[in-house]
Amino acid sequence: MNTHTPLIRLAKREDMETWKIWLIRLLAFLTALVLGGLVFMAAGAEPLSAYKTIVSGALGKKTGVRQVIKLATPLLGTALALAPCFRMKFWNIGAEGQITMGAMAASYFAIHFGARWPSAALLPVMGIASVLMGAFWSGIPAVFKARWKTNETLFTLMLNYIAIGIVGWLQGGPWEGKKGSQVIPNFQSAAILPKVGGVHCGWIIVLLLVFLMFVYMNYTKHGYEIAVLGESENTARYAGMNVRRVIIRTACLSGGICGLVGFMLASGTNQMLYADIAGGVGFTAITVAWLAQLNPFAMVVIALMLGILSKGASSLQTAQGVPASVSDIMTGLLLLCLLGCEFFINYRMIFRGSHEERRGGTQTAGSMPDGNGPAGTPEGGKEAA
Amino acid sequence: MENAHAVEFRGISKRFGDVLANDKVDLYVDRGMVMSLLGENGSGKTTLMNMLAGIYYPDEGEILLDGKAADIRSPKDAFEHKVGMIHQHFMLVDVFSAADNIILGLEEKGRLDKKAVSEKVRLIGRKYGFDIDPEKKIYDMSVSEKQTVEIIKVLYRGADILILDEPTAVLTPQETARLFDIIRAMRDDGKVVIIITHKLNEVMEISDVVAVMRRGKHIATVRTSETSEAELTEMMVGKKVDLDITRTRPVDPVARLTIAGLTVRDNDGIVRLDKVGFIAYGGEILGIAGIAGSGQKELLETIAGLRRAEKGSVIYSPNGRPPEELLGKTPMEIREAGVSLAFVPEDRLGMGLVGGMGMVENMMLRSWSKGKGVFVHKEEPRRLAKSVYDFLEVATPDINYPVRKLSGGNVQKVLVGREIASEPSVLMSAYAVRGLDINTSYIIYNLMAGQKAKGVAVIFVGEDLDVLLELCDRILVLCGGKVSGIVDARTTTKEELGLLMTKVGEHSMFTHFDAEAETPAVSADEEADPDWEEK
Repeated sequence: MNTHTPLIRLAKREDMETWKIWLIRLLAFLTALVLGGLVFMAAGAEPLSAYKTIVSGALGKKTGVRQVIKLATPLLGTALALAPCFRMKFWNIGAEGQITMGAMAASYFAIHFGARWPSAALLPVMGIASVLMGAFWSGIPAVFKARWKTNETLFTLMLNYIAIGIVGWLQGGPWEGKKGSQVIPNFQSAAILPKVGGVHCGWIIVLLLVFLMFVYMNYTKHGYEIAVLGESENTARYAGMNVRRVIIRTACLSGGICGLVGFMLASGTNQMLYADIAGGVGFTAITVAWLAQLNPFAMVVIALMLGILSKGASSLQTAQGVPASVSDIMTGLLLLCLLGCEFFINYRMIFRGSHEERRGGTQTAGSMPDGNGPAGTPEGGKEAA
Repeated sequence: MENAHAVEFRGISKRFGDVLANDKVDLYVDRGMVMSLLGENGSGKTTLMNMLAGIYYPDEGEILLDGKAADIRSPKDAFEHKVGMIHQHFMLVDVFSAADNIILGLEEKGRLDKKAVSEKVRLIGRKYGFDIDPEKKIYDMSVSEKQTVEIIKVLYRGADILILDEPTAVLTPQETARLFDIIRAMRDDGKVVIIITHKLNEVMEISDVVAVMRRGKHIATVRTSETSEAELTEMMVGKKVDLDITRTRPVDPVARLTIAGLTVRDNDGIVRLDKVGFIAYGGEILGIAGIAGSGQKELLETIAGLRRAEKGSVIYSPNGRPPEELLGKTPMEIREAGVSLAFVPEDRLGMGLVGGMGMVENMMLRSWSKGKGVFVHKEEPRRLAKSVYDFLEVATPDINYPVRKLSGGNVQKVLVGREIASEPSVLMSAYAVRGLDINTSYIIYNLMAGQKAKGVAVIFVGEDLDVLLELCDRILVLCGGKVSGIVDARTTTKEELGLLMTKVGEHSMFTHFDAEAETPAVSADEEADPDWEEK
């Protein structure tokens, strides 16, 4: 055996059993909790009781649960919006701006017609306006991408700041309530989403979207076009797809849903409009979408988990004086560990002189999977085996 | 050890994932020898050489150079051991001159003296019979010249063990002959030359010994003078193979595609096809030959509607319907009309198939838009996938298993099977057998011949001139985007084709454009064994 072998080598893995994959993910989750525990210790709290406070704070009381749902709803909605874009490899990181613009469009009607229109007319109009505005906001970079191949990542990112700036200007200018207050007045009751189970009814809409998005991505022609285009633009063209149209349509769909989330945030959660109304949801939702690997049902779980973490952390702040921003640290740790563990699912490490290494030489060519060994053909495979 | 071998592999094993690429390979070469390393795609020959060149590191076993164990962990180590490899994909900086490329990455003491470098390059050139201008920029060079630069780069670094990976794949017969002269000169100079190849006639012509590999194992090393092509094939494939293509005379050919004055520019405005005109007949295989990047790809893409033509016409004359102009129609309309493109691009999965999807969803690429409503219909594609699976014996665990994970041959079967299943009246295929083993290649050739027998107009872009001569009825040669000749495949010769391939090449710059050389340098080790390295 050569003693100069590198200490660790990486080898690509073939398919792994499902239970092993989930075991690795579970271990990654636990690792994140342990690392989080260290953070709590650094912040002066005892890890176990801190976790207990988080869970009981979030799920112990009805108000806690409501708060969790309130936090998870926009996250889930936005993650669903991003899913088709990401499947298409259109990196829409402009959800923040699309939410803000959607909220702004909804607020226009809430502010100008809130006192005159009945709720049954006003709310649908607000919803439609928010969808159209969100779609418009993501449509701009999509058109540029489709026509001139501009970089959608930078484009959507920049539009975030423009959107926030526009609302900031409205807040201090045309839509300002009391002169000098720099605040847009609270919505009239007609412009506020009704509550179901103590939380604005947006959560029902979003749960409906989970199902619709799953069907859309997996069973429709649009979903198929998105999947093919995401893999290869050439193949999409070859299959006769209108690449430009698919890009623009998908981005608009995504922006539209983001706009709807903006409507929920303005009309349901905050009952008013302000510049920072998206509050980072557009970015956290990227985490949700990735952790769920673009599966809508997994997004429900992830969004709830982050909701619990966020609500629990604020309880923790009240109870033990640990800053609520630890929830952001925890989110980061979860992201790091769970995305990081995919590396171990895809690759295998071989240590120098390990059992694995010695095993390497004793296996025969006959043990290759499905006859697709180096010879490449079933005929060759059978022959040599 | 007295009489040590120049290079010796002892018990070398290398594994990628679950695939054993090299299985306890014992192999040696002596100085002053040209060795051919013969094997099918995926037999592990490039992997083995990559370990000698420091790109991979063996999992097991050792490499001995002149009898001493050598630990080669990087290409730099390899150069210190005087080993140099010329990869299939050139790693040259386009905007640099030959001399600049040659010294790139070399850390020599003192000031850089470009004159001395050029002089040394010329000296090497004279010694081995290279024809090289050290000041010439790479983008002005033909494929063969670029290859020369790669070889000199290795010689300049003092290599006396040279590995050439499929060196003739991109050359014309004339350029191949010149390369072989150079290889002989290097051998006579006491160097070791190892050529990775799967072309038997070249093996017989150039090498002193042949080492045959199959499925990662070293099967045998024989003296070229004591073997025959038939024996080598049998060793390579593992059984006797019938390498015959049934070529029938075309039965009442009718003009199916009439192409005239076709001019196409690429996105940069460079003319890729220049007034191309020809007729493709039903019941005939029209071969298309040419140096890589002479416009083959553009021609097929334009006919298929994937590329816009500047001028010209493509008239399609289906049976029982009036002729129609194809230019200006969408890819979908053209396909519906019965003009099918089984295009196997350089990266095999780039167009025509979606790697992450299974056979069923790939079959759907043709039919996804059919049927009413917003939902996709999977029944028909599933039936089609099943029949392709049965008919062509695709080795896949399941028809929904991602095609990316299949071996190259099976990927090709899926693609060609789908196109044939649509019963086209014009079937175009480019590089249909790239990377396939001999058996599968012949299955594909005979599929094409079968289509021809059914009256389909087959347009076959190929790389291997021997196969084109054997398979086609007529061969159209493209050179620099122009048709430099259409010849009868039954009467022409390889040499004639070679001359046509370079006919107008000398003054046309883009003839020398080589699509493959444009790929970034890192692709070399990935390209080496596409059968098991998907990413």
